Amino acid sequence: MDGVALLTIFILSIFVGFEVVSKVSTVLHTPLMSGANAIHGIVLIGGITVTGAATHPLEITLGVIATLLGAINLVGGFVVTDRMLEMFKPKKSVARSDDGGGA
Amino acid sequence: MTPTWVQLANLLAAVLFIFALKGLSSPKSARNGNLLGAAGALLATAVLFVSGIPLANILLILAAVLVGSAIGWISARRVQMTQMPQLVALFNGVGGGAAALVAVIEYLEVGGANKISLAATVFTVVIGSVSFSGSIITFLKLQELMTSRPVTIPAGKWVTMLVAALTVVGAVWLVISPQVWLLVALLLLSLIFGMLFVLPVGGADVPIVISLLNAFTGLSVAASGYVLGNVLLIIAGTLVGASGTLLTKEMAKAMGRPITSTLFGAFNGTTAGNTSTGGDRPVRSGGPNDVAIMLGFANKVILVPGYGLAVAQAQGTLRELADLLTARGVEVDYAIHPVAGRMPGHMNVLLAEASVPYEQLKEMDEINPEFASTDVVLVVGANDVVNPAARTDKSAPIYGMPILNVDQAQQVVFLKRSMRPGFAGIENEILYDQKTMLLFGDAKDSLNKVVSSLKNL
Repeated sequence: MDGVALLTIFILSIFVGFEVVSKVSTVLHTPLMSGANAIHGIVLIGGITVTGAATHPLEITLGVIATLLGAINLVGGFVVTDRMLEMFKPKKSVARSDDGGGA
Repeated sequence: MTPTWVQLANLLAAVLFIFALKGLSSPKSARNGNLLGAAGALLATAVLFVSGIPLANILLILAAVLVGSAIGWISARRVQMTQMPQLVALFNGVGGGAAALVAVIEYLEVGGANKISLAATVFTVVIGSVSFSGSIITFLKLQELMTSRPVTIPAGKWVTMLVAALTVVGAVWLVISPQVWLLVALLLLSLIFGMLFVLPVGGADVPIVISLLNAFTGLSVAASGYVLGNVLLIIAGTLVGASGTLLTKEMAKAMGRPITSTLFGAFNGTTAGNTSTGGDRPVRSGGPNDVAIMLGFANKVILVPGYGLAVAQAQGTLRELADLLTARGVEVDYAIHPVAGRMPGHMNVLLAEASVPYEQLKEMDEINPEFASTDVVLVVGANDVVNPAARTDKSAPIYGMPILNVDQAQQVVFLKRSMRPGFAGIENEILYDQKTMLLFGDAKDSLNKVVSSLKNL
């Protein structure tokens, strides 16, 4: 895809990003931040892509590290966000629920 | 060339990410929104493996994905809810580090023939590294492995500006004349800048910085998507960059702090909590027994938990106190200020974890009319969110921030460590009021003493 098309996607995404979070309750600021944090963990597929094309040992090593870090960000991000949101369930008495569920 | 169906799957993943952010903006849909985002991420990753695009080193890749996922999953499930902010900071940091590494590898593989692509590579390396080292520092601060107070180094302002200038010069130079050693030097400079950038930020402002670094990582991921020609990375990274920027602004606003003073305050010596107190005006302090008696014989008590409660991890003890009072027939409510805790919304999570009944948690607008008919308000480790200066003092940094109207209650009890002002660094007139009693000490310690006194009443 050419540069201008990618730039178009970039600019439009900025507007979507602003739009979707424009009215968010302060109570949800922390989970929203954490959820957004998980989403940029998708850099994992960048890590996989470059490692898959790497030939030099140094590149492979760095690629494996990048993939590892990306996976931590992605999986950990979604799971910790889910745990936070688990606490927001409106019910009569919030039972302690440490396990079960998950992303 | 990427097959069309893979591109379509990535488009679907991008749409799921948008739904995720949209869903996270409302309490009802938040959890499902997050799951949609996770589904999108899973889809995009799975599709990459079966797309038919040749992947060398496939075993190493699979191992890295599995080990990383396990580390992420386990640490996210095991973390104490009070320590959740620093884990988010850490996840954010490793994401930034991953983006920077991706850009470095891409540079090593293809070199710098295409200048626009090279500029995006350099951007990714710089911003990703800043986010990485900055997030690590915020993690260390929140984990209290280092001081959470602002750290100022001699001539810090000038050193930081010098490093920033060198980073910019290095980045431009690298685009003009691509050399590996320069890339390494730029990487190191960016890491140093990330540290210098976060070190002067004080404890209570750290959440705002995490949010900002989150936006940074998003942008670096978007730039790495440009380098790799991957549309999904561009969309996802940009979404996070844009929403993260807006969220940072909102968080700063909710805390009554202009974003610039959060970030640059320490350089100018005006950062939160550094201002000294007004001196030795008389206050009324009491012992745990006095507090227990006041609470035990009240009809209606409102508890105001704050930052100090989270720091002392005293939410369980506070609930014990509330249960005791309820058993004595006292009407007990919790007043939750929107920015109470270490991050906005954090207090709700902490109290929910301590099994505080949901219906006792009252939001600011709901509880404010109730203070006038309340006998005793117990403020635990909160200060700025109950400071009437926000209503009256136009020169106060928190002026205009909505507060809990604690001053309208019959009596107010503050559990405080010391007379040090809150993070906004301003005096709280309620502390000197006749109807106010102060109980000094660690919040958990004080609460424990009050609980045991109450049991003996």
